Amino acid sequence: MRSALVRAARRTAEGVRWYMRELTGESAYDRYTAHVRAHDPEAPVPSRREFERARTDRQDSDPRQGFRCC
Amino acid sequence: MRIANDPNSPRTSRASARTVLVWTIVALVGAAGWAVLALARGEEVSAAWMVAAALGSYAIGYRFYAKFIQYKVLRADRTRATPAERLNNGIDFHPTDRRVLLGHHFAAIAGAGPLVGPVLAAQMGYLPGTIWIVAGVIFAGAVQDMVVLFFSTRRDGRSLGQMAREEIGPVGGAAALLAAFAIMIILLGVLALVIVNALAESPWGTFSIAMTIPIALFMGFYLRVLRPGRVSEVSLIGVALLLFALVSGRWVAQSSWADAFTLAPSTLVIWLVAYGFVASILPVWMLLAPRDYLSTFMKIGTILLLAAGVVVTLPTLRMPAVTDFATRGDGPVFAGSLFPFVFITIACGALSGFHALISSGTTPKMIQKETQVRLIGYGSMLMESSVAVMALIAASVIDPGLYFAMNAPAGVIGDTVQNASQVVTGWGYSISPDALAEAARQVEESSLLSRTGGAPTLAVGVSEIFSQVTGDGMRAFWYHFAIMFEALFILTALDAGTRVGRFMLQDTLGNVYRPFRNVSWKPGLVVTSGIVCALWGYFLWVGVHEPLGGINQLFPVFGISNQLLAAVALTVCTTLLVKSGRLKWAWITGVPLAWDATVTLTASWQKVFSDDPRVGFFKQREIYQDAIGRGEVIAPAKTMDDMHTVVTNSTVDGVLTAVLALLIVVVIADAARVCVRHVRRPALSTLSESPYVESKIVAPAGLRATREEREEAARDAVGAGQGG
Repeated sequence: MRSALVRAARRTAEGVRWYMRELTGESAYDRYTAHVRAHDPEAPVPSRREFERARTDRQDSDPRQGFRCC
Repeated sequence: MRIANDPNSPRTSRASARTVLVWTIVALVGAAGWAVLALARGEEVSAAWMVAAALGSYAIGYRFYAKFIQYKVLRADRTRATPAERLNNGIDFHPTDRRVLLGHHFAAIAGAGPLVGPVLAAQMGYLPGTIWIVAGVIFAGAVQDMVVLFFSTRRDGRSLGQMAREEIGPVGGAAALLAAFAIMIILLGVLALVIVNALAESPWGTFSIAMTIPIALFMGFYLRVLRPGRVSEVSLIGVALLLFALVSGRWVAQSSWADAFTLAPSTLVIWLVAYGFVASILPVWMLLAPRDYLSTFMKIGTILLLAAGVVVTLPTLRMPAVTDFATRGDGPVFAGSLFPFVFITIACGALSGFHALISSGTTPKMIQKETQVRLIGYGSMLMESSVAVMALIAASVIDPGLYFAMNAPAGVIGDTVQNASQVVTGWGYSISPDALAEAARQVEESSLLSRTGGAPTLAVGVSEIFSQVTGDGMRAFWYHFAIMFEALFILTALDAGTRVGRFMLQDTLGNVYRPFRNVSWKPGLVVTSGIVCALWGYFLWVGVHEPLGGINQLFPVFGISNQLLAAVALTVCTTLLVKSGRLKWAWITGVPLAWDATVTLTASWQKVFSDDPRVGFFKQREIYQDAIGRGEVIAPAKTMDDMHTVVTNSTVDGVLTAVLALLIVVVIADAARVCVRHVRRPALSTLSESPYVESKIVAPAGLRATREEREEAARDAVGAGQGG
């Protein structure tokens, strides 16, 4: 009984964490590296720092990326 | 019955008795809500009925109408790969879980719009606004978002402008682009005016909003240098700092610093334009990106909090169901009668053209399945609509006398509580001078008179609802919390909107002088940013100095322009339905288009040609011009300068309204030409749809997976296991 509750609580917490990471784009780097390495495990990938910089700078060149409404 | 050989048709075997029962109850709840709202007269109605009417109607619209559109009209195909799957690059094209995408899309479409319009429209009573918000979203707004999303998904995520150019033609496309630019400028001017009215003479509000700049800079530095990509943790730090800034705003307002943050409206205008200019030329990572995280967190948090507040307290609506201003058309908040002005005042929440810019472009590149357009497009818009209903509730729970004193221009009610009380009581909403002063004191503001623009009224409504839970001691905190929350995303919109306007301008100027095309060419950047800020800054300045009341004059122009953008989107949808062989179903977007065009063009017509000087810009101009000729000053103008201001502004507003209406007529006419040609000689038209590729992904269509979908997913997992 107790362990079932703990398991349910842990599952919920993991779900919330997953949703937050996906919604905020925090998981973008993991997703990108997974995508690049899916076909070629040896493929070179940028470091997280490089990746995040490139990701934000893309918005500079096209501000319609991630535009929000009134 | 089951349609054979059609894998897309959902299971259509006879509905179980339980399903019938559940949907009958949902229908009855909605109907009961509408019945009470419509029939109650002269007695106070609980907001619970409004919530019941809205949610019951949404559920039925989503379950039946949206499903019908998705499968019968659009024939969304779950075996067809979406751009996210075909062009997956792990960055902007990637199949995203439907629940995550729902959050993304909702956060992108929901902003200050659905909070402001319903508050202003409450001057006609809560009933007209509620009917339009709910019926409008089910038959027009959500349909537009969903259909645009579907067609853009079929075109690799093309933007609305690109689709207009490709499917209608260069003339219609150019008119649509020009209209979109003009609309962006007016939008930014009016949104900025809303925050100027909320922050003027308010040291608490001004200080806490000013603090968001250093907080955002810190967050930007953190994400860029300290811990790249850790968005959740930096957002939590940011929100904590933001709440601290909010609390400390009160200390500042009570300290000797108060004077430094007590700014006159015209000073705030200069600060805002300067902010917009500097923010838009800084790199995105410094200010825009972190500010966006902050405002998204605040937005979702506050909306959930407000929904909980409304459901827990179920406040009583004190505004009448329909006021006399609805028929007389002489309301102080905005002039004109119920038809057409309620339908342009409430745009976001019922039908918003701006959503078409989100539904085309970003979201289609992330959707996993065509069959998810109902959840993402239609569903998100229903959520936004419920935000508009909450804003209407918040505006209707406050004393109607206070509502009118807050939303009427100073030229009408004067600037003392005695005067305001007298004028508002004369309209039939009695409120004492003491009650007006007490309302301001409770939220720790020097005055609440003529705080037009909707944000302060919403904040008073929100503080009324929340303080029923937390006690009166928190009232001032909740008021400033709501102001901060609105100002935060309006500031983000100023920055982002200036960038988008600049991008359009760079593209256009690039045709004349090539270097402008290069978006990172610094001189071009500064010049185009400057032009865009000067343009919206002009409308902001005019709005603040308008003797007739800036919101009163400009909000109709804003409403008309937003609804005209919706007309462009619906025109593109209708053209696409016709060209893709769905002529029989063209009414799905054709009828909302006809309604939207009728409402908006009627409103434009009245704003240009009406003989009523409160409504018609040119009549207004004529009266003031004649008075200037005779050397007279007529109220609410106080000086000859005011008279000239009125004449100039009425001319600009009138010409602008006429030009926008003409542009849209051009788009609709050009589209009609294309449709007629297609019906007559289908061989002449081309359809730029991406070819069919079979999908390899298995994903549910709705929020919850059905039993068949779970079984399919399980089979797919087993198959993948064996294969790999």
